[in-house]
Amino acid sequence: MILVWMISILLIGGVACWLVAQRNQLACKWTALVAVIAAFLLPIIWYLQHVPAVGSGNTWLIDFQLNWIPAFGISFHLAMDGLSFVMILLTALLGILAVLCSWNEIREKTGFYFFNLLWTLAGIAGVFVAMDLFLFYFFWEVMLVPMYFLIAIWGDFNRRNAAYKFFIFTQTGGLLMLLSILALYFIHGQQNSGNYTFDYFALLNTAMNNDATARWIMLGFLIAFVIKLPMVPLHSWLPDAHSEAPTAGSLILAGLLLKTGAYGIIRFVLPFFPVAAAGIAWWAMLLGVVGIIYGALLAYAQTDLKRLIAYTSVSHMGFVLLGVFAFRQMALQGVVMQLLTHGVSTGALFVLAGMLKERLHTRDINQMGGLWTAMPQMGGLAMVFVMASLGLPLLGNFIAEFLILLGAFEVSPVLSVIASFGLVLSALYSLRIMQKVFFGQIQTITDPPADISAREWIIMACLTAAIVFLGLFPQPVFDMVNGTLSQLVRL
Amino acid sequence: MTYLQFLALLPFIILAAAAIVVILLIAFKQSHTVIQVTGFMMMCGVVLAMWYVRNTLPREIPPLLVVDGLAALFTGLIIFSVLVVGLLSYIYFEEREENPKEYYILLFLATLGSAVLTISRHFISFFIGLELLSVSLYALIAYLRNRNNAVEAGVKYLMLAALSSAFLLFGMALIYMETGSMEFSAIARVIDTTGMSVLFIMGIGLILVAIGFKLALVPFHLWAADVYQGAPAPVTAFIATVSKIGVFAVLIRFADAIHLQQNVLAVTIITIMAIACMIVGNILALMQQNVKRLLAYSSIAHFGYLLVAFLSGNAGIGAAVFYLLAYSITLLSAFGVITLLSTTRRDADDLSVYRGLFWRSPLMAAIFTVALLSLAGIPLTAGFPAKFFILTTGVQQHRWLLTIVLVLTSVIGLFYYLRIISTLFATPPLTPVKERTLHPFFYVATYASLVVLMCLLGWLGVYPGFIVENVRAFLSF
Repeated sequence: MILVWMISILLIGGVACWLVAQRNQLACKWTALVAVIAAFLLPIIWYLQHVPAVGSGNTWLIDFQLNWIPAFGISFHLAMDGLSFVMILLTALLGILAVLCSWNEIREKTGFYFFNLLWTLAGIAGVFVAMDLFLFYFFWEVMLVPMYFLIAIWGDFNRRNAAYKFFIFTQTGGLLMLLSILALYFIHGQQNSGNYTFDYFALLNTAMNNDATARWIMLGFLIAFVIKLPMVPLHSWLPDAHSEAPTAGSLILAGLLLKTGAYGIIRFVLPFFPVAAAGIAWWAMLLGVVGIIYGALLAYAQTDLKRLIAYTSVSHMGFVLLGVFAFRQMALQGVVMQLLTHGVSTGALFVLAGMLKERLHTRDINQMGGLWTAMPQMGGLAMVFVMASLGLPLLGNFIAEFLILLGAFEVSPVLSVIASFGLVLSALYSLRIMQKVFFGQIQTITDPPADISAREWIIMACLTAAIVFLGLFPQPVFDMVNGTLSQLVRL
Repeated sequence: MTYLQFLALLPFIILAAAAIVVILLIAFKQSHTVIQVTGFMMMCGVVLAMWYVRNTLPREIPPLLVVDGLAALFTGLIIFSVLVVGLLSYIYFEEREENPKEYYILLFLATLGSAVLTISRHFISFFIGLELLSVSLYALIAYLRNRNNAVEAGVKYLMLAALSSAFLLFGMALIYMETGSMEFSAIARVIDTTGMSVLFIMGIGLILVAIGFKLALVPFHLWAADVYQGAPAPVTAFIATVSKIGVFAVLIRFADAIHLQQNVLAVTIITIMAIACMIVGNILALMQQNVKRLLAYSSIAHFGYLLVAFLSGNAGIGAAVFYLLAYSITLLSAFGVITLLSTTRRDADDLSVYRGLFWRSPLMAAIFTVALLSLAGIPLTAGFPAKFFILTTGVQQHRWLLTIVLVLTSVIGLFYYLRIISTLFATPPLTPVKERTLHPFFYVATYASLVVLMCLLGWLGVYPGFIVENVRAFLSF
């Protein structure tokens, strides 16, 4: 029930924002903030009440099912295991920060903006807990449309093209996935004498009698997820969408939307098609490594700060692909860790880029430089996250990438060695950010920009605390997802 | 004719009476409002009559007609669409100088033609229905005769519709020659025993040409864009919904009778047509700047999707009915917005009219956005379950080529729907268009009904189960 509450709070909150904004802009912002905070507190309170249950081996913590369209075997089925729980927490946390960081940035059409923001969050939360494939697809699309509006209305100069590209790429993948879902639905129904259902747990038992069929169906799912992830060469929507979106949009895109792709692979592709997935594992790992290197090289070449950070995402998500298809418990733990830490660290970098843009009205790093003198506090914070992004020990990303490489090494030493070079490249591009933006020659800025405000402090403090916590004390996350992942490895 | 047969025909008799009542009203009292209200009441009467007789169905009225669940569903859909079209017509024509009274006679006659198509089980009733529909449409399309586009559209439709009627008659003649009957079921009996001869197949082909023309299937779609653009907005809505529903209904009934979906040649031809529709419709719409033309091309694509369900035979009928329902509601709300935005001099068909509409009148833009999202098949709108059910039947029948083309072309379709949507949300032009509301009551009524349509789209999108169950119940009659 708590999952339903969480999603409906976000949906209703979104509508409320829109209505309230007709009267009062400030009230609308507060409504949005209250809604996301409530959505954040719900799972936390639930967790505190159910700590013992979480510890005991029961994988599925919450299970909620209602009939929706019984004629087609479609139900409103939400369930949560450890993996879903950490993703939900990440969603709610970044949701709060997204509302906070658009506090002053969005000056017009505020109501509709927060409506879209909250609905995107609701869609993402739904994706992480939907256990009916129809419902999953439903939420998959629900997060897409508001995101399109966020980019297309409040984005930068080139926003319309970026929004089209984002929508069409994702929708192509989504529709292919829908075909696969339908194919799976009919195969399962025919095997079980007419018991047609979209339920995740029922479909898990579908036996694939034919390898070729299994491979095609799996590819349908996989293409949808790797477009979202994104995997080279299907990544070309990402730099545009990330750089044109408003700050909160970039934060959600990088922090959450990319994660839905990885989540989908872990939740659906591997359990449904273990054999078929193992068949293409090497190729997937190869493309992951290509992504790591290619993303890092392109990141180094960018002059647009947000584009640069976007390409680092491509690189980091390469690690996810590498880890997932290594089929090792350790690598998978690293993957979950990477999802969280990348969400936090890249989100933070995008927020910083947004703050810089608010002050300097440019994203071009050639026009920045020597900003440390004017903004030492922001410089310090940027340093933390740049270091996180290059994988400095103590910070979360290090643990994630280390575990992934360790797990993948058992499977393919060559690929892991090449992937490790990605870490060297990440040091290059990360240090280049600091060098170009905060150090070096002071650019002629007539009016030195103000250092960060109290609101921005809150955002960055949350993110910093999260990344340091994940770096120093990752065990709770591992405990949480252990049950889910060990089932996967057993397959 | 027995009492029960008469009862089953009651809705259609009331529909025919509506046209006569309007003629008489014009003779006595020439008031647009009175005609409008009376017409509305009569249409409500049709719905009530349909509800009243639902338990006596199915009923055959040999040799021409049969009133069964399928007919009831399609007629219901037609009447529902006409109710909305009638409402839109009031606003639209009241603002223009032309005398709109005869318009309603033609509208109800065309509706009657379309409704007769849904109950016909014989070539005669098929042809009468189709001609009733077409002849009324010639006049309806060119109703605003002072506009250049209208006359052009009317003449274009007249020429091509006459040609297609000739094809239809020739096809019927060939089939009659081969089988010696014009009744669908009798034809089916003959070919079950003797098989299909070459002439029979030619006859089917010619009939398909005529039907393809009416449904604007590729390659018989050339009239669609011009007619959609030239006709008054409510008439365009009528062509896009009512006339196509009727023709599609008779196609389903005819194909079902002669088991068209089991004939390999016919299936191949229809598959090619469906693929051509989806590709051509979506690609032609891609760069279209005129909203009415764009909707014309998009409706070509949508009938391509419908053919996927049609090819699945009996299994697909439910999906097709749901699709038509979603499609009608969607198009009616889209054309409703176009009608409300149209000025006295021209229809609001240029994309520039819609620039920044969301910031000028959010409700109207919201309705239009929901309609477009529904056409694109995005969840939370009716278009999504509709497309989903069609895909389901396609996958079930292992028609992989069709389903994959459907998926890929709907991505292309997404592009132009998004283009309109982003225009709606763009920065508005500096000079706001001055709106004047002539008739507050009808204006509000139209607005309210559009909001209701939008809610319906949302409801069908979120909870299609109710309709699915009811459609199944009706079809099992």
